[in-house]
Amino acid sequence: MRQLANKVLKQLVCLFLSIIVILPFYMVLINSFKSKGEAARMKLSLPTEWFFSNYIEVIEKGRLIRGFFNSVFYAGISTTIAVVTCAMAAFVICRNRTKINNFLYYFILCGLFFPVNYVTLIKVLNVFNLTNSRMGILIVFISSMIPFCVFTIRNFILSVPVELDEAAVIDGAGPLKLFFIIITPLLKPTLVTCFILQFMSVWNDFLTPLYLSSDSKLFPMTMSVYQFFGKNKNYWNYIYADIILTCLPVIVVYLLGQRYIVGGLTSGAVKE
Amino acid sequence: MNKKRIYPQWFLVIPLIAYVIFFLIPSLLGAFYSFTDWSAYSANTGVKFVGLQNYIDIFTSNKDYVSGITNTLMFTVISNIIKLIPALFLAILLQEGVKGKGLYRTLFYLPSILPFVIIGLVFKSILNYNTGLLNMALETLQLGFLKQKWLSDLDFVWKSIFGVDAWRGIGYVMTIFLAGLNTIPHSYYEAAQIDGAGFWSRLRHITLPMLSGAIMINFVFGITYGLKVFDIIYVLTNGGPGHATEVITTYSYQLYSNGQYGMSTALNTVLLLITLVIGVFVVRIMGKKEVQQ
Repeated sequence: MRQLANKVLKQLVCLFLSIIVILPFYMVLINSFKSKGEAARMKLSLPTEWFFSNYIEVIEKGRLIRGFFNSVFYAGISTTIAVVTCAMAAFVICRNRTKINNFLYYFILCGLFFPVNYVTLIKVLNVFNLTNSRMGILIVFISSMIPFCVFTIRNFILSVPVELDEAAVIDGAGPLKLFFIIITPLLKPTLVTCFILQFMSVWNDFLTPLYLSSDSKLFPMTMSVYQFFGKNKNYWNYIYADIILTCLPVIVVYLLGQRYIVGGLTSGAVKE
Repeated sequence: MNKKRIYPQWFLVIPLIAYVIFFLIPSLLGAFYSFTDWSAYSANTGVKFVGLQNYIDIFTSNKDYVSGITNTLMFTVISNIIKLIPALFLAILLQEGVKGKGLYRTLFYLPSILPFVIIGLVFKSILNYNTGLLNMALETLQLGFLKQKWLSDLDFVWKSIFGVDAWRGIGYVMTIFLAGLNTIPHSYYEAAQIDGAGFWSRLRHITLPMLSGAIMINFVFGITYGLKVFDIIYVLTNGGPGHATEVITTYSYQLYSNGQYGMSTALNTVLLLITLVIGVFVVRIMGKKEVQQ
């Protein structure tokens, strides 16, 4: 009897928390289909009339297509470059443990904690003529994810047997062949994890473009939404539609890559 | 085997250069410029050394930058306590076996993948005094006396921020705890049960010690997140009402927008020093663990 009560209680706690999580999503979704006046009251009831046109309106007014492609560009390219180059670096750091490499590892690890100083970062970008450009934002994103990628991938490489390297080298493989043909396939889980986590964090990032782009042509989706909100404070139906469209890509990536996220978050942490 | 040949150092070049130039140098440069009067106008007049003037200004000016620093520390400590403890119990609850565990896990994690800007905007509307969902729900439940000006009342604004932050973050922390719990052999609990250990003593003698890795990683992520917090406060309150919810990063952005670059980097350097102290401490502990392995 007591066990049953316990079970029911647990289920109730979970259900209650689920409602708290879902309710805001539901509110946003349902109100994104309402008229301006109705959405302003933010009721949870279904719309009296469904305005699917809100979405088309928002895509045009909010410059969402441009924002979307900017976000895809920043997140996709920066993450790909960072994950591949960090994997190479982590491989060498992990396998050839000279004093210098050990030092470099902890040196890079420090970046996990440091805050970025955007004001002087702009000055540095200026030197390379990269201020207010897609290229500049891209490079900043790449640099900011290096510590996390090196840390996570190195921890994974620890579990890849060194004998593989030896066998490959005896068979005559050079370093590039060894890394890309033999090692990379084995790293797939951690590479996918890094890719997904960093892709989402770039997609969600707000501070970097806030400092680095004064030109709205360069805005990713998060900035577009915020700007749109600033201009249309009373049009909650549009704002909500805009929010849905901005969230959709990350939610899709999350649902597709879920098992990699959960596995990867902890690979460095919970092994011991 | 020639290690230098099969593990060539040039594999390190790209990450290292990018990290040094676009991550490290700006921080060092920031420390340097924090001793100058660098501003939007110094293009004409040049940058002059002012010694510790910026730091003196931070700690003595009537703009109350000090409260920005204490707020940052306060946010880091409290937001972590608020997330870690419930997340731990939630993880244990799910681990002990609930129908639909996978679904709940997916659902609870969901908020933490969304952009802060979005969450900020959504909760800005939910917490609105007149039309917000929260106050309306309270009214419908005949609890109208609990209605608050969630984002403009000084007594409630921090609580609202912590609430929103917890809404986003608990699932994330919980997921890491769950993975940690998965590595604890079930036989430990069975043995404890035979010895007659209750829930609390199992928690204290088995779960917590075995979870040290997960706890550690949650602390590290939580602390670095808390110290750098910006988006959620910027969108929810923009530091207001007045300057009540200002943190280091929001002040720093404000100073930058006003063209007071020197002051802005000085504040950033204070943040850097705080993280440096904590970071060195954490890396030490992680290094020790590795040696033990």
